[in-house]
Amino acid sequence: MSAQREHLLGLEGMLAQRIKLILDAAGPFKEVLERPIRKVPTLRGISIANLFFEPSTRTRISFELAEKRLSAEVVNLSSATSSVLKGETLKDTAKNIEAMKVDMVVIRHSSPGAAHFLARELQSSVINAGDGAHEHPTQALLDLFTLRERFGELQGLRVVIVGDIAYSRVARSNIWGLKTMGASVAVCGPPTLMPLKVEEMGVDVYYDLDQALQGADVIYVLRLQLERQQAGLLPSLREYTNEWGITAQRLAKLKQEFIIMHPGPINRGVEITPEVADGPYSVILDQVTNGVAVRMAVLYLLSGGRHEG
Amino acid sequence: MSRPPPLALGGGLFLREANMGRKILNEKDMKRTLIRMAHKIIEVNRGAKDLVIIGIRTRGVYLAQRLAKIIEENKKVAIPVGSLDINLYRDDFQTKAEQPVVGRTEIPFDVRGKVVILTDDVLFSGRTVRAALDEIIDFGRPKAIQLAVLIDRGHKELPIRADYIGKRISTAKQQEVVVKVQEEDGVDEVVLVEGEEV
Repeated sequence: MSAQREHLLGLEGMLAQRIKLILDAAGPFKEVLERPIRKVPTLRGISIANLFFEPSTRTRISFELAEKRLSAEVVNLSSATSSVLKGETLKDTAKNIEAMKVDMVVIRHSSPGAAHFLARELQSSVINAGDGAHEHPTQALLDLFTLRERFGELQGLRVVIVGDIAYSRVARSNIWGLKTMGASVAVCGPPTLMPLKVEEMGVDVYYDLDQALQGADVIYVLRLQLERQQAGLLPSLREYTNEWGITAQRLAKLKQEFIIMHPGPINRGVEITPEVADGPYSVILDQVTNGVAVRMAVLYLLSGGRHEG
Repeated sequence: MSRPPPLALGGGLFLREANMGRKILNEKDMKRTLIRMAHKIIEVNRGAKDLVIIGIRTRGVYLAQRLAKIIEENKKVAIPVGSLDINLYRDDFQTKAEQPVVGRTEIPFDVRGKVVILTDDVLFSGRTVRAALDEIIDFGRPKAIQLAVLIDRGHKELPIRADYIGKRISTAKQQEVVVKVQEEDGVDEVVLVEGEEV
């Protein structure tokens, strides 16, 4: 009898206990990354396919490093060099890769639900590395880990997420995760980029940035997809920067201590000015470092019970 | 249903309330045994030069700290102590249904050129020690690694032997040797517990 496969598809509905287990597990992996040999033999003999159907630098390298540092065998597929261009469906691509005996699949895809679809179709464990505007669970987990490292606990933190909430899988996963862990979450951005019924996710909604930032422990700045302006959702990038951009002048008005987060890649001078991104309150590069440790923890936890019976 | 033999039973993890077992060492015995082991370590290494002690989590760490303290008092030198979590180096990883919780490995010193006294509470199959050896060597190339265990209970599955043994006892395979330490369990003692037939 083979053990039930576990997946990581999203943070919606994930229990606080489970999130805590992953964050706790990530600590020792961060220590592994500081060793002279940053590699442990844990996932020897396990094969992992990284299927990236959308461009990605950070997430993809982060997953690949996490896999290699656990000694897994890694195969990479990106849509630009694969048969996807010849019209092969997602299901066929995945089935074929699985036929080559892959134990885990990491998928990034532009369609919401792509990871859920694979989880139903395949025997392997599936990890969602971003599906459309739906979820990006490992990003939110590494953000939670970074916050916990900074503040000790998540309960009672006030987090303000600024920018393109409607199209952001990072915002969605973070809202679910933060709410579950007892943080209070506010969102702020232009009305055209605010999802309908966003209050139903249990967040406060602001359209005035200065008001939103009052008392915030964490200012989470989202990347502005430049296509939004071309789509007519914004009058101009300059206006966006004036109204919603995080600048040193705006931050100077705040009385409390705070940190700045951003999932990358940064549009310097659009949603955040370079001086803020590189400023002393920025933990943006800590997020990147922690990403590898958190992904190692996720891979480790999902890989149990293989080949049993 | 068959299950793989447990790797590190030292922790008292499987101790059942109703089954109190037979006492192998009491607090006084344990203290005396550790002093004897510490002196043997000094004797074999002709002093405490280049000595570092690394304990295997959880109880091996406390024993490592105690050995270090005795050696420090005796030789008036500081002995660095580290702790090792071997879970990422286990050889039964692929057959376990649930992943064990990984603890931190803390070796805040350079092991290169040092004599490492690897310390654990119980030597059983030898698989934990195998994992620990691999892990230590990933931190650098020590001059030597010597193994110190409080209890050697037999049933080795690998060609591994201890250099310093607190007490050697013969056990049946399904029995469990439970080492308790003040810091974790509120008492210093070693008991032999009748386990279930495996």
